[in-house]
Amino acid sequence: MSDPVLPLGGAQYEGLVDVREAGPQGMIALRGDLADERLQEAVTQLTGLPMPGVRGAQVMGESGVLWMSPDELLVLVPYRQAPRARAQLAEALQGQHALVENVSDMRAMFRLRGTQLRDVLAKLAPVDFARDAMPAGELRRTRFAQVAAGVWLVDDTTAQVFCFRSVADYMFKLLCAAADPDAFVGFHAG
Amino acid sequence: MLTFQCPYCGVQADETELHAGGEAHLTRHGPGSSDKDFEAYLFMRQNPKGVHFERWRHVNGCGKWFHAARCTMTLEVFGAYPAQTTEPPKRILDVITSKRPGWTWRELS
Ligand SMILES: [Zn+2]
Repeated sequence: MSDPVLPLGGAQYEGLVDVREAGPQGMIALRGDLADERLQEAVTQLTGLPMPGVRGAQVMGESGVLWMSPDELLVLVPYRQAPRARAQLAEALQGQHALVENVSDMRAMFRLRGTQLRDVLAKLAPVDFARDAMPAGELRRTRFAQVAAGVWLVDDTTAQVFCFRSVADYMFKLLCAAADPDAFVGFHAG
Repeated sequence: MLTFQCPYCGVQADETELHAGGEAHLTRHGPGSSDKDFEAYLFMRQNPKGVHFERWRHVNGCGKWFHAARCTMTLEVFGAYPAQTTEPPKRILDVITSKRPGWTWRELS
């Protein structure tokens, strides 16, 4: 297996929040009937995490299960384990109308850290980032400026943002601009 | 700004997260249909000032197509509902009737 290459080689920026390119992260796209018991068992056994509810993000370290839509999950596994995890899921879902694909290299991931987190995110997406509207552990698929993005909060000062690999550079520059120390807002803080 | 609640993922999705898909509840007439039906399917659309039914896609979100009822004049939203139906659910019709008594749209009222 060749060495994984991050889209931006591990770019970082320190501003209102600390922006850091994360990964490589193993990601498996899983489409199927999320209410099916066999599917749920396969996913929970593989990740050791419970099934997420609507818009849920169940994440622990490099493993996770993200609710992407009523018939789609994004399963997170350590990068090196993705091919085996894909095979394991495909095997478990044999005979079912389901799709399992290793998409680890399809997306870029960023980790944002800092107390101004909600302000920085709110500059970029048409989403209410107030604490009660967007609690930790909830996945929001949306757009950041002009590109599709997904975001979830790990805790009040940490967020994980992902987008397609082809727009990684655009996303990083957006996040840096929104986190510029001269662009302090102070709306969500406190 | 239009905001619909996506019936699939439940978020309040504003217009910029969505893609407009034109008039809702069209019946497809394909090969073998009469010229009149085919023409109506391809070209004849409602363009009301007031109550309207449309298809929208939560493109920057869960990706699903859904239906929505709104007022084209005020942008008031009467509700959104899943795509797996050939007609609006009663709860949506009731909302419209309470807010726009006497409304009509195609054969609905
Ligand atoms: Zn949606």
